[in-house]
Amino acid sequence: MAEATAASPRVDRARLRGWLQEYGVYAAVAALLLFNVLFTPHFVDAANVRTQLVQVAPIVIVSLGMALVIGTQGIDLSVGSVMALAAAVVVLYLGYGAVPAILMALLAGALVGAAGGSLVAYVGVQPIVATLALLVGMRGLANVLVPQLKEFRNPDLIALGSGSLAGVPFVVVAAVLLTALVAFLVRRTTFGRQLVAIGGNRAASELSGLPVKRVLLTVYVISGVLAAIAGVLATARLQASDPTSLGLFIELSAITAVVVGGTPLSGGRVRVLGTVMGALLMQLLSATLIKHNLPQSWTQMVQAGIILAAVYATRERGTR
Amino acid sequence: MGAFDGPSGGRSTTTPQPEPDERRPSAPPDEKPGRRDPATGREPVLEAKDVSKRFPGVQALDGVSLAVYPGEVHALVGENGAGKSTLIKVFTGVHRPDGGELRYRGRPVAFATPLDAQRSGISTIYQEVNLVPMMSVSRNLLLGREPRNRLGIIDVARMDAEAERILAEYGVRTDVRRPLHTLGVGAQQMVALARAVSIDAKVVIMDEPTSSLEPREVETLFSVIRKLRDTGIAVIYVSHRMEELYRICDRVTVLRDGKLAHTGPLAELERLQLIALMLGRDAAEIGREGLTRFSRDRHVAADAEPVVEARRLRKKHVLRDVSVSVRPGEVVGLGGLLGAGRTETAKAIAGALPLDSGQVLVAGEPLRSGSTASAIRAGVSMLPEDRKAEGIIPTLSVRENIALAALPSLARSGVVSEARIDRIVDTFMRRLRIKAASPHQKVSELSGGNQQKVLLARWLALQPKVLLLDEPTRGIDVGAKAEVQGLIEELAGNGLGVLLISSDLEELVEGSDRIVVLRDGAVVGELTGDEVTEERIMASIAEHSREGD
Repeated sequence: MAEATAASPRVDRARLRGWLQEYGVYAAVAALLLFNVLFTPHFVDAANVRTQLVQVAPIVIVSLGMALVIGTQGIDLSVGSVMALAAAVVVLYLGYGAVPAILMALLAGALVGAAGGSLVAYVGVQPIVATLALLVGMRGLANVLVPQLKEFRNPDLIALGSGSLAGVPFVVVAAVLLTALVAFLVRRTTFGRQLVAIGGNRAASELSGLPVKRVLLTVYVISGVLAAIAGVLATARLQASDPTSLGLFIELSAITAVVVGGTPLSGGRVRVLGTVMGALLMQLLSATLIKHNLPQSWTQMVQAGIILAAVYATRERGTR
Repeated sequence: MGAFDGPSGGRSTTTPQPEPDERRPSAPPDEKPGRRDPATGREPVLEAKDVSKRFPGVQALDGVSLAVYPGEVHALVGENGAGKSTLIKVFTGVHRPDGGELRYRGRPVAFATPLDAQRSGISTIYQEVNLVPMMSVSRNLLLGREPRNRLGIIDVARMDAEAERILAEYGVRTDVRRPLHTLGVGAQQMVALARAVSIDAKVVIMDEPTSSLEPREVETLFSVIRKLRDTGIAVIYVSHRMEELYRICDRVTVLRDGKLAHTGPLAELERLQLIALMLGRDAAEIGREGLTRFSRDRHVAADAEPVVEARRLRKKHVLRDVSVSVRPGEVVGLGGLLGAGRTETAKAIAGALPLDSGQVLVAGEPLRSGSTASAIRAGVSMLPEDRKAEGIIPTLSVRENIALAALPSLARSGVVSEARIDRIVDTFMRRLRIKAASPHQKVSELSGGNQQKVLLARWLALQPKVLLLDEPTRGIDVGAKAEVQGLIEELAGNGLGVLLISSDLEELVEGSDRIVVLRDGAVVGELTGDEVTEERIMASIAEHSREGD
């Protein structure tokens, strides 16, 4: 009998961990929302909701790409610098109109992604090293292109940043659409299935004839393009190009969102909606603590706790 | 790959020590565990009494009793899922039983941790050697008990000398200063064994110790096991290989579905009876089917064009001008020892091993070398030897694993059709009798045999022309083994060309129409028709072995 009772907490813990990984982030978001509805004045006002969503949208967009990369057992540290590069490129080409400028910025993002992807897929450099090099190099390049904060007056680009569709800001609309697109990519396409399989077991995927290198390259290109989109949107909202500080440390927020969302760093799994929820959770958390007049340092410590809980939940479960 | 310094350079020499008496005559008769052995008056050193263990959804052990006496080799057999590994984990402190009692050296015990069990004298040698690969052989052997000089610093010279002396007793002669991972698997296992015994073990548990050994290394292992037995150590021996059990074990315990099916002296039990006990089937029925599921009447048109032809495959240190061809409906076996180049030949044909020279033709068309995708497109599929490392995608479901390779053909402009996947998955799960709670169950939760079937389904979904099977039945239970063998036969009957690699000679002989024997990366013989016998294969290898040495 003593053994039976000793064994049961172990089982429960495993089940709890499984549940945490599956639904923990949703439960946490719901709990925080509930808390704010009850105890934070004016939290559910349209203005505040709008502010929160606009703030979180670029992080969500970057995190989507990060989730794909992490699903292949990789990581993309260059996303923040790609945002800066996109910000620089978009103002440089603004003379040709908003659309060509944006396309050039996205192309720049794709190129950086292709560089990182080639290093990882074809040269065999570890993802963390390859994208770390790009993190440093691309921030530098962006600063060379646009040495200091540069304001712009292109009405189209400004409209993209501050306009809205049926009351929903364009930035948020973009994040929602991209989330749907990436979710479709992961769930319904050959590419998505192959990506997850490669992250789960690369050797087996190669033996099964999957285009492993091509898929890896594509994943980093997608991540680069998504980061560039985030960079353009953030720039449009700021109404100025700021390569020095735009997207600084966003790679850490993105990794946090992905991990908190239940995607394991060991690859083989991508949780798109979970990632969005992870980003939302972090945003809500800091907003809540700020509204209750707690210092920023508190937010950071609570975030650390959540990251640890998430990593604990996504840890490989022991086989029996 | 970096440590590979020649066809047999990474291996150490082992000397077999043949012993005339295979089994001791005074094997204790059948008895209820827990009592004193009436024949010899000995008491069991390790004993399980009515042990039960439940996992969510499975009764892994249901009132199992087992007694192991000092100085006996006790076989523990059963199909996968019979409860063998759970029972071993109860013995070694990994699991605690829900009910029943564990007795060790006459006293009830409850091991808190594996280390606890190990300290008390129960050592386990797992399939995967659990040592430190980058450390030297001598460090591994004497880990935690290194000889030290007056300053408390490890005395390397003394440690190496000591290690060399110990290993010599096990027939392993090697440079003990080399990192462990440069040794052959057999020698590594011997180091693990020597380490286990040298920490004063009373009971040694071996879980499929021979699964990656060469016949020569198996002989060494057996002589070591006999030596252990003679010094009064009890050995629990888990294996799927009948032949070995009968050679080395005194008594046997058969588990089936978590229950005790039989325990008693092995000599009194015929092979067929033993298999019948494991399967829970009628012995006569199995007798009719033969020990493997292969029947030997297949008709291959001798003049048929080969469906796949490998021409003078060459890769430095690995393959030397290997040529093999397979005709439609033919099963060609690749014979040879470990490291002879069998796996490499298959991988080269599948495009997974870049070649220095040579060509692979499928239905007369040459393949692009080193491209699995092009081989697969041409109709070549390979079932890899290492299921875990190169086969299954553990994070994905049974369904996703089956559909993986065929995805492009199950999609329209890159968007997969769930309905078509469902249809294919359903077809193959039924046809191969894959046992899973649902197609959405994680593949890593299935038994080894069912994982293997999932992989076979993955390849069959591509409708290949050629199947390369590398150890298709290794480490899977008897029932699944028979099913896989039956399937191979059926596929060949349908006109598929099959290249079969198996270290199970019986399987190789009964399954193959023709056998190509390899040694050190070169073809040294080809056996057809009545020549396809175990004796001829061994003779062929042995003959050239002498030449080669």
